[in-house]
Amino acid sequence: MIPYDFEYYRPASVAEAIRLYGGLEKQGKSPVYYSGGTEIITLGRINLVKTGAVIDIKHIPECQVLGFEQNRLILGAGLSLTKLEEADPFPLLSKTAREVADRTSRNKITLGGNICGRIFYREAVLPFLLADSQVVLAGRDGIKRRSVHDVCNGNLRLDKGELLVQLLTERSYLELPHVSIKKRKQWETGYPLITVAALRKDDRIRVAFSGLCPFPFRSVELEEELNRRHVPLKTRVDQAVRRLPSPILNDIEGSAEYRIFVLRNLLEDVMEEMEGK
Amino acid sequence: MHPSSYGKIGLHLNINGEERTVTIRPADTLLDVLREHLGLTGSKPGCLNGDCGACTVIVGDLPMKSCLMLAVEAADHQVITIEGLNHAPIQQAFIEKFAFQCGYCTPGFIMNVHALINRHPQADCETVKEWLKSNICRCTGYTEIEEAVRSCLLP
Repeated sequence: MIPYDFEYYRPASVAEAIRLYGGLEKQGKSPVYYSGGTEIITLGRINLVKTGAVIDIKHIPECQVLGFEQNRLILGAGLSLTKLEEADPFPLLSKTAREVADRTSRNKITLGGNICGRIFYREAVLPFLLADSQVVLAGRDGIKRRSVHDVCNGNLRLDKGELLVQLLTERSYLELPHVSIKKRKQWETGYPLITVAALRKDDRIRVAFSGLCPFPFRSVELEEELNRRHVPLKTRVDQAVRRLPSPILNDIEGSAEYRIFVLRNLLEDVMEEMEGK
Repeated sequence: MHPSSYGKIGLHLNINGEERTVTIRPADTLLDVLREHLGLTGSKPGCLNGDCGACTVIVGDLPMKSCLMLAVEAADHQVITIEGLNHAPIQQAFIEKFAFQCGYCTPGFIMNVHALINRHPQADCETVKEWLKSNICRCTGYTEIEEAVRSCLLP
């Protein structure tokens, strides 16, 4: 049971959602956008999320788009991970999303909710970082498009009241060779020790990570080291590890030292597979 | 659904084919409402965190963990709970295959795999295993549960 009350709103348009947010904020209700809502409910139950109003975005048509416009895949933030997996327009996304939580939970967890969540793994963003996607954001100043790197690489950078509406990805990225591996401390369901997703574009390998730091990230400097093909792989991995951002997570899922140990092996596996593809 | 405000709201729900009206808090989960307001105690509270699956019900044609869903979100959907199954083949299969021990997790498992069988009547082993990962049985009767599911699938 959620131990406090909140109001529930179900806007039918992006403009209505933004208006609602502004009005509720002025009333001091600390509103939150609600998509799948799994995190708001589970953290709310133990008082780690408190809000006076939730704004359910799932009934906004733009948030449910799943299709192509010209040469671009458009995915609405309100799509469930199951729907994305079943439609499979972006195989790397399907593989990565399929490892989030479990099948029944993914019927509820949404793309936007996973990417904008407070729980910092946000694994669904990795394919978009690798594909240089764009995000469509709505806020007080209207609708704008920004690079996913500006908003989602590392800590999430959304302005107050800003709503992630869609993600746009060029069609040319969708079928590129890729790999997605999730390593857990134990079992087959749960948070990652490390998740790595990789994609090969123009004979260069791109990699993005979750579970290594308290944010998902892609690092151009780290990729530079990995792509020095004239250097032995073990040396490249050593150099890449030196380029990691900080801090490295050191928690119940695994110590920082253990994560780096697993990462070295993972990077070798990923590079061998991707260079062979 | 009546307009939301702090305090209670009136909500119409379709549960097991019946129209029901409840007066609830918008913050109430579907699990809270099923058990506390409608007396449908077949959906079990377990972890309340979306991990165990004991509270699974079918919303539309998908299994949902009712602890991870606000009751207001169910307003436009048909909800089926374990009480709404009427001698479904999977219920008999659970009996015949000894697919339960203490039984606490059983309603959640049955609702999940009932949805699986309806959506994927010829599901392969990988699909069955994938769906079963959503539920936890602490008596560890997984083999029998898997056998029960397989016995209900088309060849």
